[in-house]
Amino acid sequence: MAFLEMRHIRKTFGSTVANDDVSLSVERGEIHALLGENGAGKSTLMNILYGMYPADSGEILLNGRQLHLAGTKDAIANGIGMVHQHFMLIPEQTVIENVILGNRGNPFVLNLKEQARRFTELAAKYGMEVDPWCRVDQLSVGQQQRLEILKALYKNAEILILDEPTAVLTPQEVQGLFRMMRQLTDSGCTILFITHKLPEIMDVCTRCTILRQGRTVCSMPILPGADQHELAVRMVGQEVELALHKQAAHPGEEVLRVTGLHCARSDGVEAVRGVDFSVRSGEIVGICGVDGNGQSELIRCITGLLRPSAGEISICGTDCSGAGVKRILRQGVSHIPEDRLKMAVVKEMDLCENMILMHYDQEPVCRHGFLSWRAARLQGEKICRTYQVRMSSLTQAVQELSGGNQQKLVVGRELAQDPKLLIAVHPSRGLDIGATKYIQNSIIAARDRGAAVLMVSTELEEVMELSDRILVMFNGCIMADIRQADATREKLGALMAGIKGGQTCGS
Amino acid sequence: MKRICAKASGFFTAAVSILLACVITGILMYGMGYNPLDAYYQLFFGAVVGLSALSESVVKMVPLVFTGLSFAIAKRSGLVNLGATGQLYIGALCTTVVGVYVTGLPAALHIPLALAAGCAGGAAYGAVVGFLKNRFQANELITTIMLNEIATELVNCLVDGPMKDLDALTKFPQSKAILDSAVLPKILTGTRLHAGFLLALLAVALYGVFMKRTKWGYELRVVGMNPSAARTAGMSVQRTQLLAMLLAGGFAGLAGSIEMLAIQKRLMQSFAGNLGFDGIAVALLGGNQPLGILLSAFLFGMMSNGSNKMQMLSNVPSAVIYLMQGLIILFVVGRYLYSKKLWEGLIPQRKSRREEVRP
Amino acid sequence: MSALSVFLGSVVMMATTYLLAGLGAVFGERAGIVNIGIEGLMLTGALMAVVGSYTSGSVWVGLLLAMLGSMLLAAVFACFTICLHANQTVTGVALNILASGLTVLLFRTVFGLNGMIPQIDTFEALEIPVLSGLPVVGAIFGQPLPVYLAFVLVPVCQFVMNRTNLGLKIRSVGNHPKACDTVGLPVYRIQAGAILFTGLMSGFAGAFLSTGQLSFFTEGMVAGRGYMVLAAVAFGNYSPLGVMAAALLFGASEALQYRLQVAYPVIPTELYAMLPYIITLFAICIYRRKSNRPVYSGRNYLR
Repeated sequence: MAFLEMRHIRKTFGSTVANDDVSLSVERGEIHALLGENGAGKSTLMNILYGMYPADSGEILLNGRQLHLAGTKDAIANGIGMVHQHFMLIPEQTVIENVILGNRGNPFVLNLKEQARRFTELAAKYGMEVDPWCRVDQLSVGQQQRLEILKALYKNAEILILDEPTAVLTPQEVQGLFRMMRQLTDSGCTILFITHKLPEIMDVCTRCTILRQGRTVCSMPILPGADQHELAVRMVGQEVELALHKQAAHPGEEVLRVTGLHCARSDGVEAVRGVDFSVRSGEIVGICGVDGNGQSELIRCITGLLRPSAGEISICGTDCSGAGVKRILRQGVSHIPEDRLKMAVVKEMDLCENMILMHYDQEPVCRHGFLSWRAARLQGEKICRTYQVRMSSLTQAVQELSGGNQQKLVVGRELAQDPKLLIAVHPSRGLDIGATKYIQNSIIAARDRGAAVLMVSTELEEVMELSDRILVMFNGCIMADIRQADATREKLGALMAGIKGGQTCGS
Repeated sequence: MKRICAKASGFFTAAVSILLACVITGILMYGMGYNPLDAYYQLFFGAVVGLSALSESVVKMVPLVFTGLSFAIAKRSGLVNLGATGQLYIGALCTTVVGVYVTGLPAALHIPLALAAGCAGGAAYGAVVGFLKNRFQANELITTIMLNEIATELVNCLVDGPMKDLDALTKFPQSKAILDSAVLPKILTGTRLHAGFLLALLAVALYGVFMKRTKWGYELRVVGMNPSAARTAGMSVQRTQLLAMLLAGGFAGLAGSIEMLAIQKRLMQSFAGNLGFDGIAVALLGGNQPLGILLSAFLFGMMSNGSNKMQMLSNVPSAVIYLMQGLIILFVVGRYLYSKKLWEGLIPQRKSRREEVRP
Repeated sequence: MSALSVFLGSVVMMATTYLLAGLGAVFGERAGIVNIGIEGLMLTGALMAVVGSYTSGSVWVGLLLAMLGSMLLAAVFACFTICLHANQTVTGVALNILASGLTVLLFRTVFGLNGMIPQIDTFEALEIPVLSGLPVVGAIFGQPLPVYLAFVLVPVCQFVMNRTNLGLKIRSVGNHPKACDTVGLPVYRIQAGAILFTGLMSGFAGAFLSTGQLSFFTEGMVAGRGYMVLAAVAFGNYSPLGVMAAALLFGASEALQYRLQVAYPVIPTELYAMLPYIITLFAICIYRRKSNRPVYSGRNYLR
């Protein structure tokens, strides 16, 4: 009898089956990886275990005893804790308030001092110092993650679910996290580790369960020297086609030139500190780095969404620093934004209305302020056909499409403009392998037609495969400019962590 | 096809909401010792039977169309305009100033001028809300309400002071009468039906075309539904919302203006009653769509017209219609009540309480 | 008794209506609920208090009835906004319109159409010995009981909001309902509780208006005070102490209005009446970012 067992779990959301007959068995004290692609059902399964959703059918056993989880409260009472991918902390409140929120046995009148003392003791035990009186929005991302773990431990968690904890960390911070995880298992904790990154599993896990399309594929121990490729095949279900259809680049004239760019976030912190680079037509320049190192701000400056505090941006020889979004788009710039639903489409509007979003005031769609829906429909039909957007009609609302089709629509809309400069931010985030490859090939095709492409991604693989040149960003600076052929994981990883020639840069 | 379904479901929501509101109001009336069937009979007959009743309903509908449009256009851009009342008063005030103190103009000039003044006054007052929001991030809920009170007090003050008609027989605080050259003509003799009705139809048509067929309307809708996508596409959220408030204020101003030039003819304290807030009900019931607004404005016009007859003949206080209107709004905004999902979720609820959870 | 003393007394009296409702509204707002319907809740409270006091002969029964009546209406609000995900602002507006109709209907049913004002039991002034004899501030200590109660409640509410588990839960729900959900807090129940408390206190405020400050009900007697309560909450930066300050300010300007009307009849009273609204407008513009306004204010939380 295993320590924790989930048997034949099934969960549907409307017509989509998120988990279909999934079983999982975890021994006490192990670090158990839950491996799978985006949308494989890992998070759903863990949310069921944490009591966020009830399962449609199936049972959960802890120590051979059946659990009935009516809500997260029950899960917490049974010693299950979860650290969500997007931290569930209240930025406006203090650390200690976040820690004790919702704890059973809180007296009506809070004794924060006493609780803070106990919290500090607990933190010291695991070597994770966090000031209990600090407001959470003043903590760094790494500290917030530590706080999340401590929060779960403070609630006496014995089973800790970590949902993609490494996505926001540098490789060095990841090592720190792994050390902490080992320390936790030594003291009797059991850890469930959700990820889709194979090397991490090799590093830290003792066993793993692979999910694919909502089903369990297999469960196996991780032995030193196990075959990563085999795991990958089991995860994606077919021989992974690693190579893209990509010829060597033939860079032409310079399209985008950024010099000495500085930019401050709304809270006054300088996010971009003196960035210089250029992108030439017919090449793909990839920017990699851990989320939150200034990539987002840099792109927002280039696309005109944010005003740089110093420096120059010129597109096709025209100075565009501080220009508005519209003026920049009219220079022949296309933008695939980082967050599809938030920035690229209006999900309540129909396909046709979304097709014209970026050029709604241009001929032939718009004449003298009036829109021609006939012209919009013609364009929309063409894009849907060319970029294989699967839909029933152009009057369908975008929210009814799948994520992959939504992204194809966005990519198609942008590429149909025949841009001189294409800015693609996380173009394949959250998509399945098929859609990812399709979109990556579309971007390469745009390059071959002579577009200059600037791509941002946090996925090392994507950057390394797709880019002709790679820029590594750390702490608002560009650490290096590397040709594709010279890039290795280790090199990029070190640079992403701010290590350059053996020295640590910035603070 | 989908679009037709969406329209049909809009009508379904409206119809069921009206029905539910009538039933509940009826039960309440019965509980208080009135005869609801008689009341509804008088309400309906008082509103539509006979040319004079029907035309009076249309007369009551005209300002509601405008205040409805006022709420709708702001709502489409993502703002809740609770300030139609204030914008209406300022519109009426500006119109009265032009209608009373500008003399010697022919009607062909004086009427448009007076209307334009009302529209501009309302628009400017609406723009204040947009300005405060853009400049200070001031919550429009509170600013609109404050501005309502300020406008109401301003009108109260002016008609009791500088603008007071001292020649009138009564001591009642009211302004001088609008000059004949500025009065909106009647379009049906023997009734009060006036040219404002045509203006209302025109306004609804313009609203429809503006929203669906112009780039500004498109901008407005995108901003209302997804401001960050609007920014990515290079639209200015602030400017668009300011435009929306300008138009919303303009519509509300016109409501006051037409009311003044065609019906009231003298500016008086609190002449508009609940017109401003009724616009919210009109817009909601009409789903912020042009045709819907027209129909629901007519319904509310009917109710307000029929309610007087009802009070006279079946002794039910005319305020009952407010009860009904409140209930109608409730059931329209609570339209989730009619969705299959809710009921599907409730039935297997015995087993697990959280069935309606979404991913 | 000096004129100043009388003035101070009336300031406190007029502030009480705002304060009572404001203390309820603060908890609602902090839980992320924007309740425009306070106007309607107060109106219902005002009527029910008169009805209760008239039929039973005791003002306390009236108060109880007022609280029950507004809580019932608040429950409707909670039901529509929480269970049916209806827009809070619009639901609030609907509640106001509904209440304006319902109260008239009820009022005429109970008291008949011909508006004879019967004598009802009201809150009587309760002089605090010694303190009420003080010069200048004496009149402050010769008020009906609810006035003292309202001001005593201020530190209590402040304490509950900032120092207790309940307050922490309410504040957290308003800031980040999802996070509360993940630690097992019943977000909807907390919000519903906050709405009901808003209803309770609004009912109290309405009752005080009709049976304390005045002594009968007139149609539409709340006359925008409900909206002013919302303004007071924003003005007071979403804390009970701040609400007290705002309530005193609004009370003072209301009292000033009556006094100046007598003292200087040349200046139209409407200008004084405008004053609190203009002050509120400025105050809201000045606050901006340092606000305690909950992050998730006015939006419905969908799991």
